[in-house]
Amino acid sequence: MPNTPRITRRELLRSAALVPMAGALAACATPAAKPSASSAAPVATSAANPFGVSDSKPLEVWIFDGGFGQDYAKNIHQPLFKSKYPKVEIKHNATKEITKVLQPRFAGGNPPDVIDNSGANAMDFGALAQDGQLQDLTPLLDAPSWDDPGTKVRDTIDQAVIDIGTYDGTFSVLGYVNYIFGIWYSQKAFKDNGWVPPKTWDEFLKLNETIKKSGKMAPFTYAGKFPQYLYEVLLTMAAKIGGNEVLVNIDNLEDGAWKSEAMKTSATAWAEIGAKYLMEGTAGLDHVQTQTAQNKYKVAMLPSGSWLENEQKTTTPPDFEYGMFPVPDFTSSDKMPYGTLHSQPSENFIVPAKGANPQGGMEYLRAMLSKKASGDFSEMVKTVSTVKGAGEGRQLSPGAASATTAYTAAGANIVYYRWQTWYAQLKDEAIAATGQLMTGGLTPDKYLERLQKKADEIKNDSSIKKYKR
Amino acid sequence: MLFNRYRRGLFITAFLAAPVTLYLVYVISPYIQAFYMAMTDWRGVSATPAFIGLENFVRLLGDEIFWKAVTHNAGLLVLLPLFTIVIALFFAFLLNVGGGGRAVGGIRGSKFYRVVFFFPQVLAVAVVAVLFQQVFRPDGSGMLNAPLMALGAKPIGFLSDPNVAFWSVLGVLVWQAVGFYVVLFSAGLASIPKDMFEAAQIDGAGRLSLFFRITLPLLWDTVQVAWVYLGIIALDVFAIVWVMTDQHGGPDWSTTVMAAEIYRNAFQYFRFGYASALGVVMFLFTVGFAILSLRLTRRERIEY
Repeated sequence: MPNTPRITRRELLRSAALVPMAGALAACATPAAKPSASSAAPVATSAANPFGVSDSKPLEVWIFDGGFGQDYAKNIHQPLFKSKYPKVEIKHNATKEITKVLQPRFAGGNPPDVIDNSGANAMDFGALAQDGQLQDLTPLLDAPSWDDPGTKVRDTIDQAVIDIGTYDGTFSVLGYVNYIFGIWYSQKAFKDNGWVPPKTWDEFLKLNETIKKSGKMAPFTYAGKFPQYLYEVLLTMAAKIGGNEVLVNIDNLEDGAWKSEAMKTSATAWAEIGAKYLMEGTAGLDHVQTQTAQNKYKVAMLPSGSWLENEQKTTTPPDFEYGMFPVPDFTSSDKMPYGTLHSQPSENFIVPAKGANPQGGMEYLRAMLSKKASGDFSEMVKTVSTVKGAGEGRQLSPGAASATTAYTAAGANIVYYRWQTWYAQLKDEAIAATGQLMTGGLTPDKYLERLQKKADEIKNDSSIKKYKR
Repeated sequence: MLFNRYRRGLFITAFLAAPVTLYLVYVISPYIQAFYMAMTDWRGVSATPAFIGLENFVRLLGDEIFWKAVTHNAGLLVLLPLFTIVIALFFAFLLNVGGGGRAVGGIRGSKFYRVVFFFPQVLAVAVVAVLFQQVFRPDGSGMLNAPLMALGAKPIGFLSDPNVAFWSVLGVLVWQAVGFYVVLFSAGLASIPKDMFEAAQIDGAGRLSLFFRITLPLLWDTVQVAWVYLGIIALDVFAIVWVMTDQHGGPDWSTTVMAAEIYRNAFQYFRFGYASALGVVMFLFTVGFAILSLRLTRRERIEY
């Protein structure tokens, strides 16, 4: 057939090359270094405007639309900022998928100015810090506070915020909410049945037994699909037994840190709860399902944090009266006293260093840390903010009041851990293994062995950045 | 003559230019970029990833969770096509041939069943995943556990027991795939001349021998196609595992698959370079499977 077109592969490629596609290829997924945008002449700084916020630059804010919603930003923080800078245009945005929406913006070199980097889909702080994407917030700490030019911002917030927000020696993440962890119950159910929050582990076991025998409800549950709720109390109790260094060693990936005596005691104790006192089906239920079961008086106690009350506000009966008690004494020779609490600043705000308006971003944070903004916030979302005295003179709900009382009573006996934000792989392994510990798939020894192995693996992996505290 | 040929070539090139460009830009170039990223330490946010050669691939060899995921994919590769094809063939046979009456035809109500079997195919994968989360609930509100508990049995942790969860995932995948293959096999059966079935029936063949001596051999080509399709589904299963299972591939890594590990490393650990390396390995597995299945399925056709 002489008419059949003969077009070789070579010819085809040659003609294809004629098509101007170089431009299309350039706009691809691989990261490209961008020349830094030429910044306009800086605005003069003053006591009232310590970072030199420019009226002409818009401010782009992204809020994680989770347990606290986004109204606090729109109705409390932004109006306050606007009251001082009426000309600055605020671009408010909210999402549940922080990573999906904002990671490409970082890679493209045009991140927004303020991000509430929270929730299950938050961006990895370690990765951001490693790449120098986080604005150094030390100037914010040294700036005068919004309310009183004589006080520095540094002195208006809890020290833990500064400790935990420091990456590579630079304060760069602002935790806005104080999460207070403990075991939560219904004050009404306890009063009606004559149950008393336990102070020692023996009392705790007895209480579990009493509740189980009463047949009124199951004694204990946790968010089975998310075993991190359970390792939270397990680690806190280990710290109580063996002292704060138990957690510090774990964070620092010290050899054998997971297999310490205190960890073993605590893991064994909690495995017993898992074997005897869990609500049926716990392993397959998530936090909302277990918490709702508690609201329906199907289970007495569960470990959670101070966001619980707000999270459950639609299903909680009006007379439920949330209460929280701290992890009980294991023995009288515990290294840390009764009332020791795990508390950690969270709801983390960052200012991207390579954004268009980091000055505006820092000023926004300064506004957030004012007495008015933090107090209104605490009242609106039923959670205490990290600003000192934010809850003073405010109407707190029973759960928030209970948690605040416990927090005040704990004084300096506050513990926390950071490995789960530093090493996400270790967190996932701990989640998997803790679930197995509680359902009897792993003995306490095997459990700690597994976590130690993962910790050692991370320690020896040169591609993972290490942190110390 | 030469001019004519040239013009024809130009004509065809003009038509091909656009699709080939699109293909190069949106398919081939991302592949090449992924291969390059696999050799960097890119964490997704920096503009200047460092080139680290094959380090990611060395690291991957010791990644227990990833190899666990590979064994799960391998298990699915064998089991998913097996169960799906057996069930789909059975249904297709009943709907089209196994009627048992005088004329060749399906059982009563086969037209209705055909539609019903296709339903799962119409649902979005995410919807199926969320639906089955409820079906598998471990308490009295679970569709499967409620009758079990009413009978006094202990509830089964379909998704919370690491020994069971993998089979639950497999079950959902089969449930979702069967309908499509019933339709595919029905179409295959429709192209087999009816005389063959009638002749066999006249000779006294029962339903069993009809199935094994006539239906299956004549449908063999279609079955092979189904096998390859299902194999590819088994290799890149993602959404069902990610949305339905506890801890995205848990509990205790008992249901995780390659695609889930790639996603986890990229979007949760922010190790885009490493995730790309995993992607390259998955790509090699998939290409290997495709070549293997093309080799194995070469077989003479039956002409009729």
